[in-house]
Amino acid sequence: MTSGATPLSAAARPGTGDTWQRFTLAEKLARFSVYIAIVAAVGWAAHSVEIIVEFIWDAPEQIADMGRRMWPIPWGFYPRGIHAALIETLNIAAVSTLLGVLMAVPVGFLAARNATPNRLINTIARFILVSTRSINTLLWALFFVAVFGPGALAGTLAIAFHSIGFIGKLFSEAVEDAHRGSIEALSAVGAPKLALIQYAYWPQVKPSFWSIALFRWDINVRESAVLGLVGAGGIGMALDTAINLFQWDRVALILATIFGVVIVAEMLVTEIRKRII
Amino acid sequence: MSASTARPFHTTPLARLGWLALALYLLWAMSSLDFNLARFIIGLDNGAKFIARMFPPNFERWDLLVKGLTESLQMAFLASFLGTLISLPLGLLAARNLLPRVITWPVRIVIIGCRSFHPVIVAIICVKAVGFGALAGIIALTVASVGFVGKLFTEAIEEISMKQIEAVRATGASFMNVVIFGVMPQVMFRFIGFAAYETDANLRNSTMVGIVGAGGIGGTLFAAFQRFDYDYVFAIVLSIIALIMVGEVLQIWLKKVFRQ
Repeated sequence: MTSGATPLSAAARPGTGDTWQRFTLAEKLARFSVYIAIVAAVGWAAHSVEIIVEFIWDAPEQIADMGRRMWPIPWGFYPRGIHAALIETLNIAAVSTLLGVLMAVPVGFLAARNATPNRLINTIARFILVSTRSINTLLWALFFVAVFGPGALAGTLAIAFHSIGFIGKLFSEAVEDAHRGSIEALSAVGAPKLALIQYAYWPQVKPSFWSIALFRWDINVRESAVLGLVGAGGIGMALDTAINLFQWDRVALILATIFGVVIVAEMLVTEIRKRII
Repeated sequence: MSASTARPFHTTPLARLGWLALALYLLWAMSSLDFNLARFIIGLDNGAKFIARMFPPNFERWDLLVKGLTESLQMAFLASFLGTLISLPLGLLAARNLLPRVITWPVRIVIIGCRSFHPVIVAIICVKAVGFGALAGIIALTVASVGFVGKLFTEAIEEISMKQIEAVRATGASFMNVVIFGVMPQVMFRFIGFAAYETDANLRNSTMVGIVGAGGIGGTLFAAFQRFDYDYVFAIVLSIIALIMVGEVLQIWLKKVFRQ
């Protein structure tokens, strides 16, 4: 890739100053150091990571054993033990997306440099976006389980808070991409800030907004399936129980359920995106 | 939405019904969360106690902390490397503009399968298969990487201009030559971006898969949490955030280097 310029630079006479080169020396050095760093990092990791070799030889047997225990899938258990948990998972995903959007949109507007021409506020808003995102959903879940006790409420708040960063970042980028035309026209006639947002920014960012919200909902469906592992409600609780009791057939049933829901959610999102964007 | 160009504020009755249904569903879902003022007040009290016990962060057992973080880092590097390496051919094989449906469909199903489960759930299965430890985490994160990079890479390839491909094909190039000279130059830059993003995501997830015993700092974190060592938990969380911030800065720098 980087040597794509070779035929051209070979054609020009080297050393005359008119040699055409795609990258400057500094760029080449920077790229080269990145390659070295990647090789070094992977090499170091592969060399020093602790892997117990006996476990690898044992793996095929363990997988076969797991397969035997998982089969046959007890479909009859679904209405009794899984359905309610699945509905709870979907509720967590939907409500947390709504809460996340409600919290993220104001922050997103404050983080966008064109909507909020104040560097200090921009930086604070950006900090909120980055910090909420760098705390994993499971960490937020642990925190909210400690605060509100185990259950769906903790899970919902966990995903909502983790979503702020993702939604807010993408939303502020969409706001910054808005064309200045209608914004300047409205501010020229003295429109107040709220009217500016409602009539100048909102119509322009509306498609991105729905696209971001849908995308996040899709992610949140997946995330809400694991929350139960730390006691924050949803189908993960059923999964955790089944694993702790070594009921691998029920584990298989739960995994199949999650798979089905995720696929349906993805198809739904693709279909809606086609219509609204 | 095509009618909206003619009548900008027009909504169909069906769409309104859809909005109403969505609003009703959300109201119902919220009511099922069992949230009330009493719970909120108790929660605030609990939260205050929790936060009071987190301060000051306790770095006394730093050796365990460093060991866990190092393992997370190793897992993230290896999984990103393996994941991008595997998704390179898979992404090519799944591109519908290059290959017939007979080949793309099975590959697409593999990619969708990799993406449909959260890495932590994949990690549970891996722990059963290869035992506790870093290897289970590496496999789980690799699977997640293949699902994510594979999908984005496929989409990137499907968006390329076919003119270059036809030009290369017109010279009588083989399929591999078409890929190397027609496809890769158009998507390589985006691929690097995906790989950087995925490394970042793996770094975040590698600190979490330990909760189910798949190596990394997550195991230490969860154990500390269950023993109510909240000051140690806070120390671990601060270190994880620091690590992720460093990753984010590196990612921005990397994008600058490969800005072409």
